[in-house]
Amino acid sequence: MIVRLATGIAPRTLVLLGVLLAVFASLPMLASDYVLTVLILILYFAYLGQAWNIMLGFAGLLSLGHALYIGLGAYTAAALYVHFGIGPWLSLLIAVPLAAAAGAFIGFLAFRFRVAGVYFAILTIAVAEFARVGFDHLNWTGASAGLFLPVAQYAHNDLWNLRGHPLMFYYILLAATVFAFIGCRVLLLSRMGYFWLAIREDEEAARAAGIDTFRYKMMAVMISAGMTSFGGVIYAFYYNNLFPEQVFNISQSILIILGPFVGGVGTLFGPVLGAVVLETIAEGMRTLLGGLGVDVPGTNQLFFGAILLLVVVALPEGVWPWFARRFGVAESKA
Amino acid sequence: MVPADILLNVAVGGVLTGLVYGLMALGLSVIFGVVRVVNFAHGEMMTIAMYIALTLFAAFHLDPLVMLVPIALAMFAFGYLLQAGVINFFITKPEHSQFLLLIAIAIIIVNTLLILFGPDAQNVQVAYAFDSFQLGPLIVDATKLYAGVAAIVVAGALFVFFQYTEVGTAIRACADNYTGALVVGLDVGRFYALTFGLGAACVGAAGTILLLLFDVTPTLGPAYTLLAFVIVITGGLGSMPGALLGGMLVGLTEALAGLLFTPSAKSMFSFAILVLVLLFRPQGIMGKKAA
Amino acid sequence: MIRKRLNAPRLTRRTVAAGLGASVAVGVFPFNIVRAQGAALKVGVLLPRSGVQAGIGQDCQRGVDIAPGLLKDLGLPALEIMNADTETKVEVARSRAEKLISDGAQVLVGAFDSGQSTAIAQVAEQKGIPYVINIAAAPQITEQGYKFVFRNFPTAGMLLSDAFANQKEIFAAAGSAPKTAVFMHVNDTFGTAMKGGIDAVMPKFDLPYKLVETIAYDPAARDLSVEISKAKATGADALLMVSRLNDAILLTRELVKQRWSPMAIMSMGPGWYEDQYLKTLGRLADGPLSFVPWYDPNKPLSKKLDEALAKAHPGFNLNTNHVYTFEALLVAADAYKRAGSADPKALADAVRKTNIVNNVSPGPGIQFNEKGQNDKLKNSAIQNRGGKLVTVAPKVAANAKVEWPLKPYDKRG
Repeated sequence: MIVRLATGIAPRTLVLLGVLLAVFASLPMLASDYVLTVLILILYFAYLGQAWNIMLGFAGLLSLGHALYIGLGAYTAAALYVHFGIGPWLSLLIAVPLAAAAGAFIGFLAFRFRVAGVYFAILTIAVAEFARVGFDHLNWTGASAGLFLPVAQYAHNDLWNLRGHPLMFYYILLAATVFAFIGCRVLLLSRMGYFWLAIREDEEAARAAGIDTFRYKMMAVMISAGMTSFGGVIYAFYYNNLFPEQVFNISQSILIILGPFVGGVGTLFGPVLGAVVLETIAEGMRTLLGGLGVDVPGTNQLFFGAILLLVVVALPEGVWPWFARRFGVAESKA
Repeated sequence: MVPADILLNVAVGGVLTGLVYGLMALGLSVIFGVVRVVNFAHGEMMTIAMYIALTLFAAFHLDPLVMLVPIALAMFAFGYLLQAGVINFFITKPEHSQFLLLIAIAIIIVNTLLILFGPDAQNVQVAYAFDSFQLGPLIVDATKLYAGVAAIVVAGALFVFFQYTEVGTAIRACADNYTGALVVGLDVGRFYALTFGLGAACVGAAGTILLLLFDVTPTLGPAYTLLAFVIVITGGLGSMPGALLGGMLVGLTEALAGLLFTPSAKSMFSFAILVLVLLFRPQGIMGKKAA
Repeated sequence: MIRKRLNAPRLTRRTVAAGLGASVAVGVFPFNIVRAQGAALKVGVLLPRSGVQAGIGQDCQRGVDIAPGLLKDLGLPALEIMNADTETKVEVARSRAEKLISDGAQVLVGAFDSGQSTAIAQVAEQKGIPYVINIAAAPQITEQGYKFVFRNFPTAGMLLSDAFANQKEIFAAAGSAPKTAVFMHVNDTFGTAMKGGIDAVMPKFDLPYKLVETIAYDPAARDLSVEISKAKATGADALLMVSRLNDAILLTRELVKQRWSPMAIMSMGPGWYEDQYLKTLGRLADGPLSFVPWYDPNKPLSKKLDEALAKAHPGFNLNTNHVYTFEALLVAADAYKRAGSADPKALADAVRKTNIVNNVSPGPGIQFNEKGQNDKLKNSAIQNRGGKLVTVAPKVAANAKVEWPLKPYDKRG
């Protein structure tokens, strides 16, 4: 299995992977708590970017509403914990199927009626917004007043209930990111992966070749949604408070998407690299401007937007494909 | 049960506001219909126009309705330059890099406005701000009425342009058949820039009118981008009457949902309409069957 | 984020005496002993100065701007303010809090919003850095058993209890009261918390009016004509409100356009008294009552704060945002003086023992209960009059009599 996963990957790429993993595993030892917070955000977005990439990068489906699955995961786990004391890992048994079902609902609506491209993207936003307003009125989860998880200071890390030091969240997210990375590689090498790529390149041709495009597109949405909901569970237990306005917000969806876009859609390294690049730029901008004594609110986001613009103009395919060509570490073509 | 006169008042108000939304969405529809670029900075472009109108009013006391045409022209220039200078290079790039491009532009616009104008909501005080006409049991808000009429006039002018002028016809040709237009020697890049300019002028006009109805803040944009999409897809992408009709439908639905159910959930109803339309008539109410 | 050296720790006996001359003694220390303290206390201030809440965040910042001079006059040690913008995002609030602490912040202050404040509170608690919340009304924040988190701002329940008490005082003074009211609230964090509070608190006050309808509306509403039509249709005597700024302006315009003037507009939150409201609506802004955390115009420090604001930011009325942001800094400076060191544990202990009587907000002063909540805080009733704000209740903290009922909108020329 491992041999099969590794075939077709340049040795240099394998070395790079090993180095990356070693760096991420040992970084917290060097990092201050502040840097750790930023690293957690990087891994959070790397993981979510990977999950989202299954839809656009593999199957060619543009989702702009992934906040929906984050919100469903977050609210399911948080509500079960608050109301019944059920731990987050058990809640995954409900949260993941629930998110996958929501994804299936959107897919069912869209794919049966050949809603594609921009129409599909807008449908995903619409459902996420629908859920946001819905949760604003759902009293069981605190409606718009918010859902607060009890926070106490734990002397030790309680992995089962996800209570503890940020370091614990870091390693959970690191494990999740590695898992997602390998999982996506497995998916890509599977029969389904090939079908996805066929659908992405030319859906009509894929259908003509006898691929059940409806079924495989549904699979893409459901897998992506389910994976994303885990990110939501982590969000809930890391921040300990949830507001529909925050969690389901369209800006959440956009944040998830920016990583893979900048890193390179359809690649395995892209989402990870994109998350690293974006968070570094965002935090770097804040620190740099602060150091220069610029205290005009909005300036750092302005520069962030400008850098984003430069990146997309200079490297419209994303940073990773350029990087891979430049240093000869290309993945097998996805 | 809600009394009939209140129902009527609310419905009329909803339709009038919806017309202006429709005008804003029309800009999006024109851009997507021809250039095939999804303008995710649409709401932000509207706020630019609102701030121009605001500044003109504050400095020279110029009524937004009087400044409608100049502001629309300014936005036309903005849109033209944006398309010719940046977006044209992305026409052949994958859809998602266009999307990223426009997100970046939107972020830049929002924060530039924040730095220039500050975060507070601002508005204009016109003499007729509080006027209303009474017609039997019906009380019609004067600004809403002017706004609705202005929206129809602008939309009508645009319609005439596309149907009866040479440039308009050429643009429609580009939209119908990109390769064909290239083959017959049309300068597609220029027509795209013209179209994006027209779309920007539309949303600029809508923003100028909307400033009479509510206050502007730098962060207003995203909500309106989304609203424009909902309207355009409901009405049918690329259909001009569809955009206005979609606007009226969304305006009316939200107004009635607010009255009959709870106002805080009224935007759910416009999303529900969108889902229904996508379910049963994916090309939109007035849209042509997708090619 | 930048650091501003607000004022050097040069405390002579004269400046202290000058400061104290006009005001009552601060804390428990004798007048003539000022402990020399080496360095200014590093205070990290987190506010949403860009993003959706930028307007309020920047308004709070004005309270920060005017603090140093006043604290100096009070003979308190200097603060080194480290500003951070949360961009109205929970994630950024958290990482900025970490950054401030890693840059040496010894106390955190902020962050206006309940969600962002909760995120900061967790960081502060974990690091053992005292955190003084300026504004955030969600009751849950001080119910988590935190040891380093303090809030000098009322919870939703406290806001409502005082609002109803003040309403009864006003009805008695006016000799008339509404029999029915319609309750409209914005459906956001604050609005929903207040809605929950009303259901719990209202029955305890024997109020003369009944709620005939509750209308919740969208915080991002573009148009509130329907909401007012609905409220008007109930025929209620009074309008009970929980809103924000933009919607308050929109609602007032609709009241005028739809030709409805209730007997009273009683707001229990922001919006109806803010500068932008007064400026935008001019004469139409007069009349509404706001039942809010305010300042006691009769306290000496209030006058000074008012003067300082007028000097630094002419044209702005002193309001909740300035007052409570300033008081959060006051708490930090006062605790630093008493602790005599910037050791976080000593600072937190000092904050817990806070007893500031020379303050701005109404009530006996600033003290914290075992949960870190100032539960002695009182709220006021204020009324808009000719572009200014007067306090009409409670009597001890009032400087004017209520104008009752609301002057009809169509009779204002």
